[in-house]
Amino acid sequence: MASHLVVVGASLAGLRAVEAVRKDGHDGPVTLIGAERHLPYDRPPLSKAFLEAGDEDPEHPRFREESHLAQELGVELVLGEPASGLDTAAREVHVADRRIGYDALVLATGARAKSLPGSPDLDGVHTLRTLDDAQAIRAALDAGARTVVIGAGFIGSEVASGAHKRGLEVTVLEALPTPLGRAVGEEMGAAVSQLHHRNGMDLRCGVTVSAIEGNGSVEAVVLEDGTRLPADLVVVGAGAAPTTDWLEGSGLELDDGVVCDEYLAAGPPGIYAAGDIARWRNAQFDGDLMRLEHWTSAAEQGAVAARNALDPASAKPYATVPYFWSDWYDSRIQFVGIPRGDEVRVVSGRPEDGRFVALYRRCDHLVGVLAVNRQAEVMKYRAQIKKNITWDDALKFAAQREAAAQDKAERAREGEHAAAG
Amino acid sequence: MACIKVDYDKCTGLGICESLAPEFFEVSDDGNLTLLEEEAGPDALDDVREAVAGCPTEALSLKE
Repeated sequence: MASHLVVVGASLAGLRAVEAVRKDGHDGPVTLIGAERHLPYDRPPLSKAFLEAGDEDPEHPRFREESHLAQELGVELVLGEPASGLDTAAREVHVADRRIGYDALVLATGARAKSLPGSPDLDGVHTLRTLDDAQAIRAALDAGARTVVIGAGFIGSEVASGAHKRGLEVTVLEALPTPLGRAVGEEMGAAVSQLHHRNGMDLRCGVTVSAIEGNGSVEAVVLEDGTRLPADLVVVGAGAAPTTDWLEGSGLELDDGVVCDEYLAAGPPGIYAAGDIARWRNAQFDGDLMRLEHWTSAAEQGAVAARNALDPASAKPYATVPYFWSDWYDSRIQFVGIPRGDEVRVVSGRPEDGRFVALYRRCDHLVGVLAVNRQAEVMKYRAQIKKNITWDDALKFAAQREAAAQDKAERAREGEHAAAG
Repeated sequence: MACIKVDYDKCTGLGICESLAPEFFEVSDDGNLTLLEEEAGPDALDDVREAVAGCPTEALSLKE
């Protein structure tokens, strides 16, 4: 009988896992297990378009209809209950009272939003990770909530920008002196955060929250210096941690995610991991262990992990130049590669103008590129990083791009003159 | 030959297609996608398929 593929985690990586093997013609049973009651849905819009004012009932960002998954793809959906354990000897996943046997297994349980330690259980205090979170936040914004965002990372900044767009009173609090250090490095974190100031956002860095006050519902956020910020909505954007608690004691190596090799294999036979939970060796960067929380890698890893799990003999490694994006106000921030390096250099535009390209050097190679409102540039650099271009060649490439852009602008100006004359 | 279609209402210019198949897709600084070639031959088909699958807004499709 054909192998039974079990995929634990019904978000993007899990969905792509089941879709990939069906596309390949796998005709054995496929089971998709999801902790949430929802069908697989797309998360990036939850902190962006989903929070915008407008439609009373915004579109559910689901990827596929139930009939498509169940009938057309022939996937058994087990939704609404998280997996609670894994027995690698018996080859079984535990879900509530069920023991689901597998031949091939993809672990894709993602990550959970971190909450503030010691924060009280009050209505109006939310993290943003799930559709339920987003619906609650949207409802509060619709009601005109005075909003305090704790954490000026990407999710927090997107929520703040969404609330600001609606004309609401918003304050963003960041514990560190500079936001986004882990994501883009400190220097560029400061540069990107200028988008908040340019748009008139009240961003306060280096501040410590001492209490979130309220009586049933949140009423205020109190800072260590005694400042009291009245609030009807508090959104905590404190990052996410991989959902591996259910794998404790399974024998898998857990260290900030499920540790995998370059094939996304987690060790015991048939077990592979994908998405936010996978910490794997990325051959693109000297086999460094990486765990990404990005859309693109989750989608790609889901497909690779499932194929490798079903056919380990012809397994393919997964290597990538990471990519993420974020939309604040009317700006698009894009990053390709890795933000850890020995030097960062702005090669086009100026951070203070809210439009620039910055390159990241590690040793003598280009390893990362940050682009703010430079969508024409960023993917050309992704291709260069993939080719493992040297730093010197990257600077030459940047100079050529810059010369070409200026040339184009010059011609556009001449064209305007000609049209005006 | 396979024919590439773009749903411009869905496209937000994230550029993953450009990084996977730069001979076919190019994004401008204002986020607009230009389809450089509408037809993909056998040599390019794998890259274009990846680009179609890699689109976060499912704005691309391929008629084979």
